[in-house]
Amino acid sequence: MSPMALLKTAWFSIGSNKLRTGLTLLGMIIGVAAVISLMAIGRGSQNFITNRIESLGSALLFVRPMSTGAGMFGGGGDADDLTLDDAYALLDATFAPSVLAVAPEIQTNGQVVAADANTFAQIYGVTHDYLDVRNFEIHNGMFISPAHVTNGSRVAVLGSDVTETLYGARDPVGQTIRLNQRVFTVIGGLESKGGSDDRRVLVPITTAAERLTRQRAGQGRVNVQTITVKAAGADLVDEAMAEVTTLLRLRHRITDEDDFTIANQQDALDTLNETNETFALFLGAIAGISLLVGGIGIMNIMLVSVTERTREIGIRKALGAKRRDIMLQFVTEALFLSIAGGGIGVGIGALLTRIANGRNIAGQNVETVFSSDIALLALGVSAIIGLFFGIYPAARASALHPIEALRHD
Amino acid sequence: MALIELEQVTKIYRIGMVDVFALNGVSLAIEQGEMTAIMGPSGSGKSTLMNILGCLDVPSSGSYRLEGDEVGSWTDGQLAETRNRRVGFVFQTYNLLPRLTASANVELALLYGRSRNAKQRALQALDSVGLRARAAHRPAQLSGGEQQRVGIARALVKDPVLLLADEPTGNLDSRSSNEIIAMLQRLNRDQGLTVIVVTHEPDIAEHTRRVIQFSDGKVVSDRPVPNPRTAIADRNAQEGSAS
Repeated sequence: MSPMALLKTAWFSIGSNKLRTGLTLLGMIIGVAAVISLMAIGRGSQNFITNRIESLGSALLFVRPMSTGAGMFGGGGDADDLTLDDAYALLDATFAPSVLAVAPEIQTNGQVVAADANTFAQIYGVTHDYLDVRNFEIHNGMFISPAHVTNGSRVAVLGSDVTETLYGARDPVGQTIRLNQRVFTVIGGLESKGGSDDRRVLVPITTAAERLTRQRAGQGRVNVQTITVKAAGADLVDEAMAEVTTLLRLRHRITDEDDFTIANQQDALDTLNETNETFALFLGAIAGISLLVGGIGIMNIMLVSVTERTREIGIRKALGAKRRDIMLQFVTEALFLSIAGGGIGVGIGALLTRIANGRNIAGQNVETVFSSDIALLALGVSAIIGLFFGIYPAARASALHPIEALRHD
Repeated sequence: MALIELEQVTKIYRIGMVDVFALNGVSLAIEQGEMTAIMGPSGSGKSTLMNILGCLDVPSSGSYRLEGDEVGSWTDGQLAETRNRRVGFVFQTYNLLPRLTASANVELALLYGRSRNAKQRALQALDSVGLRARAAHRPAQLSGGEQQRVGIARALVKDPVLLLADEPTGNLDSRSSNEIIAMLQRLNRDQGLTVIVVTHEPDIAEHTRRVIQFSDGKVVSDRPVPNPRTAIADRNAQEGSAS
């Protein structure tokens, strides 16, 4: 039987019962569309997180204080053990040659009030190096200078969302705002980076400690929440980590357990990627199950079809069809169904992916990435499913004895 | 060498614990160009014989040679190929596929072999049974006689050496029956095609040249028909058809 005749026969058989074909296709379509869109969501969130982490800057370490002691009721150290002086000490070229820059920060949040608008924002107390270390750029005005930090000046730099909310398109530089009832002068605005980074207000770290968080620390004892350390190069991250650890242990006179933790950006990225891959795999497995169900639908319909068409099979055999011809005919029909279902499913999946991209679903901003390799994979898997679930019914059809098949009514 | 040579052919079906001899030692030879009727009551083994002659089934024992080839040892594939190339079947119930047009039904026989110009050959075959104009009709749009003619066209399209007709007129009125018999006679007479007709109507048998009578899986009589009647496909001329 020529391939052309085979296709024609399959097409004809499938077309002769449109409702049934449609329903069978639906099973495959839903399965494949589910695979495509769920994988797109999985990849999207992976992309999102990777981008977020990479936008922080590169070759970074994050040092944070940690309660020490294993006492059940929190006996031992407290969480305020990391100071501004610790941060500056890390810049020591002798003890920590691999450290390029440090960016200590204090985080709080509060109401930001301008002349005729207000908003809620995350307020960060930072130093001059924060800009470079965390990859921000100034859009207008200037950034917090070392002198601002030393003097505890009441100046603020606004994230792009904050600027937009408070001033619209106007230049915020020189305006006065109130942060938790205290007056600050806006000296600059940040370039947009996307996400929560744009909803920040940056002030000198000393000012934040004195005015915004009720720290009663003496000179230099400003407690910080995070010190971001930038290594001198991507290959020096491990060295920097070791140097920072040694230095802080010395400064804190620690002999046993550290009272701080150091997170490596790459480690964080790896962990998140791992989590994401598990997540994507999980989504894929769920979608795979629906694909399997679609395949079982095909098998079901093929078995019904074989029974219904027993006489036709008998006639074909009497006219000289070999087992192989009958086998091929039914396998082709199953493949037709699965590949057509898969194809439409890919289309619908791509459409759903496009519709969902950037939309707010259940409070989450969904980012989706349609990947052609997943689409091809889904198509391939549907073809394999068609083959797998088509072979058994086809084998049953081809094994029918011509006389018995002809007698069937 | 005869076209068909059967020697001591038996066919045994096992029904439950009992072996049933559908054919019990049948020996006969049919020459190229014969037109033979096989008669007998139901269950006498004539359908089983047809199935074996048409390579739809193989004997349990004994030997069946078609054009000198021993069929008994063939594989499924070889049997299928023989059905495709050498044998044409005409069924009592026509066995056309209801969803296909007349010409597509005829083409079906050409599907399972290397055939060029399938469409054209199917139309030619329909032309030879006088149904060219009905090529695009589906079986349900055709009369019983027309459907059987499509069946004959389908059997002929591969130029078989043997035409097997199993009760070809069993579902037809007398006029259509006459038409079909006339067609079979014409094929036998004009083209020298070997035709074997299974029937239980003595009237049909009288149109052949040899009648083989079956009973209980055995040949009980095998006689020539001295003066076969000639069927003419016209009701008015039927009276004068006996010669």
